[in-house]
Amino acid sequence: MATDTPLLELRNITKSFGSVQALTEVDFEVRPGEVMALVGDNGAGKSTLIKCIAGTHMADSGQILFEGREVHIHGPRDAAQLGIEVVYQDLALADNLDVVQNMFLGREINIFQILNEAAMEERTSSTLSSLAVTTIKSIRQTVATLSGGQRQSVAVARAVMWNSKVVILDEPTAALGVAQTEQVLALVRRLGEQGLGVVLISHNLHDVFETADRIAVLRLGRNVGVYDRRTTSQQAIVEAITAGRPTKVSGIPAEAQV
Amino acid sequence: MTTADVVGPDRAAAPPPGEEEFAPGLAGLWQRAWLNIRTGNLGPLPIIVGLVVVVVLFGFTATNFFTSVNFVNLIEETAGTAMLAYGVVFVLLLGEIDLSIGYVAGIGALIVAELQLPGSGHQLPGILAMLIAVAVCAVIGAVQGGIIAFVGVPSFVVTLGGFLIWQGVILNVLEQRGTIIIQDRWINYTDLYIFSHWLGWIIAAIFTALYPITVLYKVYAARGTQIAQQNWPMVGAKAIGLAIASFGTVAICNNGKIIQTAEGLPLPLVIVVLFFALLTFLAKWTTFGRHVYAVGGNAEAARRAGISVPRIRVLVFTLSGATAGMGGIIFASQVNSVALTFPPGNLLLNAIASAVIGGVSLFGGRGEVRGALLGAALIGTLQNGLNTLSVSNGYIYIVTGGVLLFAVTLDTFAVRLQKRSGR
Repeated sequence: MATDTPLLELRNITKSFGSVQALTEVDFEVRPGEVMALVGDNGAGKSTLIKCIAGTHMADSGQILFEGREVHIHGPRDAAQLGIEVVYQDLALADNLDVVQNMFLGREINIFQILNEAAMEERTSSTLSSLAVTTIKSIRQTVATLSGGQRQSVAVARAVMWNSKVVILDEPTAALGVAQTEQVLALVRRLGEQGLGVVLISHNLHDVFETADRIAVLRLGRNVGVYDRRTTSQQAIVEAITAGRPTKVSGIPAEAQV
Repeated sequence: MTTADVVGPDRAAAPPPGEEEFAPGLAGLWQRAWLNIRTGNLGPLPIIVGLVVVVVLFGFTATNFFTSVNFVNLIEETAGTAMLAYGVVFVLLLGEIDLSIGYVAGIGALIVAELQLPGSGHQLPGILAMLIAVAVCAVIGAVQGGIIAFVGVPSFVVTLGGFLIWQGVILNVLEQRGTIIIQDRWINYTDLYIFSHWLGWIIAAIFTALYPITVLYKVYAARGTQIAQQNWPMVGAKAIGLAIASFGTVAICNNGKIIQTAEGLPLPLVIVVLFFALLTFLAKWTTFGRHVYAVGGNAEAARRAGISVPRIRVLVFTLSGATAGMGGIIFASQVNSVALTFPPGNLLLNAIASAVIGGVSLFGGRGEVRGALLGAALIGTLQNGLNTLSVSNGYIYIVTGGVLLFAVTLDTFAVRLQKRSGR
């Protein structure tokens, strides 16, 4: 399923906030058609790494390669143009707008500023059905009336709709019940099957083992390792998260300890 | 988006349990209405009922209320408030407030009065004077909006500052000048021009046709999608209601007579309805309107979606300044002058109350332009009726306040019902 050239590759990313070293020479990659989990304890640097990819932060040093060529991401717009979309934990949907309106928020189809509702509605329903999101009764109901899982599905579908190649999901199941979590995890797997590179950030190892192909572990802003889901156990991941040794010591690259 | 659109049946997906399916035709209409009442999805219904109650009540009690002349008066008194209330709707949709509009309206009135002044050395044609006045008010709104959007000072404070500053400017000018009489024909027409009878009928016909045309256009432009699905009995009922209202209004206006001069449809009503149509279009059919709702609903989401939130804020306060200026001109026209008593009554609070009574939420993201029109009509009718009953100003304020409280309480209950029923 997954090919070997990484869609997105980060090399030696270092980022500090004042005296706090948030990331130290972190490597990260995601291949097309792969669900790559990014795990780590609080403060491990997951969010900072994601923000460097999304353009919210700029890395102090290091390289970002997209489809093999080096890119410079200076803001969220640059990331979106490359085809990188982030679905944030707190969703970023407007409750008072309906599903279609949220899907096209900020990128409305318009002719001389006049909205083309028909086109937006068609594209929304085709996107939702291509992702097999079938629980939403009407795409003209306001997002406030949707369940947590449905809202998450809308947020994910919105990210996917823009011909994106890499979708980054920040704790997509954090606030969801059991059935809704299953619904969202199935959606995450489908994104991978459709050939996208999916980055899944989660605290929940059960979710990670349900969906991910590979698991990257960060600890204290450093790489601990990249593990293949089929050959590792939750126990090993927990150990890596809490007590893993960095794979690189100051400038000396080391292979991941698969 | 009307309620009917949101509840509209969806063929693409199976309904979750507990959702009713509606029967076609009139039975479905009734079921839908009942569901909406139970779930607190009342729309403009309470305010229309309130308006009817007020009209009937005063019709029986006040001798001079139910006359054509008073009806025309009512329109001329209320038009300015409605214009201001339109701007308030957009400001409230953002979850902000604009306290300066009363005196910005005063600035608009002052500028037209000054620019039309014969023999002043800077006399301009009335139309040009009005355009300049509205432009200046828009700039005032833009500056206030800029401070709110870019500096981050709360709108309450910025516009409270504006309230005092523009009041001060008006005081300074008019204390020296006294009352400025407006002689320019075009400026005075904005509130006092009366259409001839047959023109009134033509305008009624045009307004009657407007609604069915927009519905048909929507169905044509969006064929095959959910927004094109119309609840035809409802559309028919609305179209008939609007036809009765349009022709009824013109019939009443045309019936009036002051001594020998025949009354007719007043221009301010046409202006107010035209702006209603224009601003509804702006709010519902354009990217700008969509972004206003988005910023009001979740500013952070809007920002992340790439919408420039400061730009939307500045534009909305600019619009608010412009509508205030237009309202100010209409008020000045009503009395052919600008005096120290301007703005009349508590214009600011009447305008905000109109929008709020019309169902626009103070917390942003919820409300419609039509709310301003209906709210202004209700407040105007109430105050006019009490006036014709020779009730003192004190009681008029008390009653207006009571209605405002009642309307907002009703709306709060409605929202709670909506939440409970998951709508």
